[in-house]
Amino acid sequence: MVVDAQLGQFGDLLFESALGVYVLAMILHAVEHALLRRPARAEESAREPVGAAVGGGSTGAADVNDAPAGAAPPRSRAERFGRMGVSLTVLGFGLHLAMLVVRGFAAQRVPWGNMYEFTAAICLVAVGAWLVVLYRRPELRRLGVFVLLPVIILMFLAGTVLYTQTAPVVPALRSYWLAIHVSAAVIASGILLLAGVSSVLYLLRAAHENTPTRLAWAARLPGADVLDRVAYRATALAFPIWTFAVITGAIWAEAAWGRYWGWDPKETTALVAWIVYACYLHARSTAGWRGRRAAVINVVGFAVMVFNLFFVNLVVTGLHSYAGVG
Amino acid sequence: MTTTLPKAPAGDAGPPPSGPSRARRALALARNTWRGLTSMRTALILLFLLAVAALPGAVLPQRTPSPNAVDDYLAQNPSLGPVLDDLGFFDVFATPWFSAVYLLLFISLIGCLVPRSIEHARSLRVEPVAVPRNLARLPHHAQSTSDDDPDAVVAAARRRLRGWRIVVRSEPGGVRTISAEKGALREVGNLVFHLSLVALLGGIAIGKILGYEGQVIVMADGSEFCNSGIYAYDSFRPGLQVDGTGLDPFCLTVDGFRATFRPDGQPDSFDAAIRYQDGEAVQSGADAWVPHDLAVNDPLRVDGERVYLLGHGYAPRFTVTFPDGQQRVGLVQWRPVDQATLLSEGATKIDPPGVTDEAQRRRSQLAITGLFAPTSSGGGLVTSVFPALNNPEVAVDVLRGDLGLDSGRAQSIFSVDQGMVDQGRLVRVARENIKPGGEITLDDGTRIRFDGVENWVSLQVSHDPGQTAVLITAIALLGGLTLSLTVRRRRFWVRAAPALPPTTGGRTVVTLGGLARTDRAGYGEEFGRLAAELGARGEAEPDHAVPDHAMPDSAVPEEAVPPEATQEPSVDAGGEDREDPDGR
Repeated sequence: MVVDAQLGQFGDLLFESALGVYVLAMILHAVEHALLRRPARAEESAREPVGAAVGGGSTGAADVNDAPAGAAPPRSRAERFGRMGVSLTVLGFGLHLAMLVVRGFAAQRVPWGNMYEFTAAICLVAVGAWLVVLYRRPELRRLGVFVLLPVIILMFLAGTVLYTQTAPVVPALRSYWLAIHVSAAVIASGILLLAGVSSVLYLLRAAHENTPTRLAWAARLPGADVLDRVAYRATALAFPIWTFAVITGAIWAEAAWGRYWGWDPKETTALVAWIVYACYLHARSTAGWRGRRAAVINVVGFAVMVFNLFFVNLVVTGLHSYAGVG
Repeated sequence: MTTTLPKAPAGDAGPPPSGPSRARRALALARNTWRGLTSMRTALILLFLLAVAALPGAVLPQRTPSPNAVDDYLAQNPSLGPVLDDLGFFDVFATPWFSAVYLLLFISLIGCLVPRSIEHARSLRVEPVAVPRNLARLPHHAQSTSDDDPDAVVAAARRRLRGWRIVVRSEPGGVRTISAEKGALREVGNLVFHLSLVALLGGIAIGKILGYEGQVIVMADGSEFCNSGIYAYDSFRPGLQVDGTGLDPFCLTVDGFRATFRPDGQPDSFDAAIRYQDGEAVQSGADAWVPHDLAVNDPLRVDGERVYLLGHGYAPRFTVTFPDGQQRVGLVQWRPVDQATLLSEGATKIDPPGVTDEAQRRRSQLAITGLFAPTSSGGGLVTSVFPALNNPEVAVDVLRGDLGLDSGRAQSIFSVDQGMVDQGRLVRVARENIKPGGEITLDDGTRIRFDGVENWVSLQVSHDPGQTAVLITAIALLGGLTLSLTVRRRRFWVRAAPALPPTTGGRTVVTLGGLARTDRAGYGEEFGRLAAELGARGEAEPDHAVPDHAMPDSAVPEEAVPPEATQEPSVDAGGEDREDPDGR
């Protein structure tokens, strides 16, 4: 297998560009968020009696609209910044995607053979999932800063600590299962990142809703039920994909290591994450557990995913030690 | 596993008027314990405990995959290590406490699944619920008028609602209604998923009872391995009911091995050229061997066994020519100490030929021990710079004396018994670096020649009769899970009433209502489409533009929502898979 070093360098350049564009996008979203403060509060106090009158079991997201219904004022400054942030996020996504494609061509294989590429791919999925959410629910745009922050942190770590040159993979990874098993893990992880962020924000927003004097800035977040629903949707989508990743991992392990399950640290932690997310899905449909407790479980699940990515790859030695970090 | 058992009638639970007898109390205790165990809350806690209990298995080294790492850990943590060891933290997945958690969880699961399956089977036969009085109160509703009479409207609607579970009812005043339901597959998927989990555990158990795993090192010079018994292996892990008899007696020979490396030393490919005979051929004495290329990621599957290429290494070949002219060849595997450069260590042990006197023999045994470098760095201190056989060299000590092979103590094939060296019974007689073809001449005239290097391969034979069942149940599990998370349960109602007075545009007023019982998103579109097809202009609210309620989720307990059976269907509060009593 021939590695095209020049193409690989071009990929690195694209990676840096994508990261830079994401940082800019996050700054714009942060400005948007800072400008949001007053309108959001005014809107809320105006709506309160209406909401109380409707009451009952209804749910919704009306208060996440930037412009109050009826009035059609020119775009607020916050909205203009937010829209620029979204444009840049799309641009960054394009560069990011190009980076992985170039990397794949340079290495002549799927571009997730080491931890650098794996992390970059997870971030791509997370941003992609975020753009899908934005497309369907544009009013959630104000979450941009919170979604981009972990993505940028992860990509920064990938580009510095985890960075590895373009190279072919060891024989143990030469299998079509690399494309199947690892893509599933990447997709699930990326979507779960979005779920984790939503649940963290849910906890903050719910705390604010319970005691409006606490965490005043959380008034600028969408309603707790909206955040809860985004977290649930993302988890419910990612959970079967994660299950698929674990199962295909077992099938590959049967062909590569002589057994379908051997309690390798990565296998164990993947199972733990699976169990925690199963807990979340059950908790969310159990009276008395939904809401705060379920969100806490979802955050724990995300913590296990992060632990699985960093601790198990870098600290524990196991069969999955493919990080390539020397 | 997502429901609590229905509460027993109050009279059943309360103390009987005559005073509780002991048997009754015992029964009540058993019943309450069972209810507690099968409740969702307990299941959740057990599930969470399972995750917590499994975590040490990821953080601490485990005996099953890596016994050496456990020994290292124990050596490094002399105070904490033994305590953890006693508690089973180095064999988490075989400890009583881990087993207790998952067994309780599965009992709880079964205790929940059985009644729930029965309930679902029953609910499939029950007709969809009657049309609510006021359809306009539903989250999705629409109204229109039609020139057809109610019967014709209902007939047309029935055609549109193909695939739904439908019941047509009549109300006083010539009113005709349709109740339609869809999405029972959600619960089917849910049950399949959980049943598959139980079956999966069964499949795993079969493998643990009837399976085995054995490792063996075979020289890649045409040497043969036969799966004839435990003795043929270097290490063997039997299942609970495996005693090593009755293994499938297939045989294989390893004719050659080829490894290629990239310039930076990273391995590029491993291939072992083997030939094999399945058990039947071996027993019939046939001479036909099937050639096969054994590679990583591509095991040989023969009979019920799988043969894997797990590793490889080098074995230096030495020819010892004794002063009397007799020769002995020493060829034994040396083990890699550095996986990147395959620098290897080992001890090739040789008995002098023709010595019958025990005492004499114990003075003249030879061991050639030290390091082997496939690509030597050269110089006095030999190390390896590349894993391929580019410039092989050994740096060896030759020891003479008593190897201690008859002492009855087990000793490593990779080293000499240090105790013998310390006692002075095994003495170093030479130390040299030699390349293939090179010789060492000892003081007594014995010549040791380094002939060359053979490859050895490490093979694993695995047998697991349960794994097909595990695969099938895993696929069923995934299918059930996907169904239970994607299918939406939803209801659709039609009421066709004669218009009063009949002159207001049409003969029949058609009212439509829709309610998603799980995950509301997306139903709005479907409802709008259905309503349009039925000639009504939908007033269905957009999916998410329902007015925000002032209170956060937690302030509205689920039980406060009135059950649907009261003909006042509640707006589904965005809860998925609610535990509400299923109004029928």
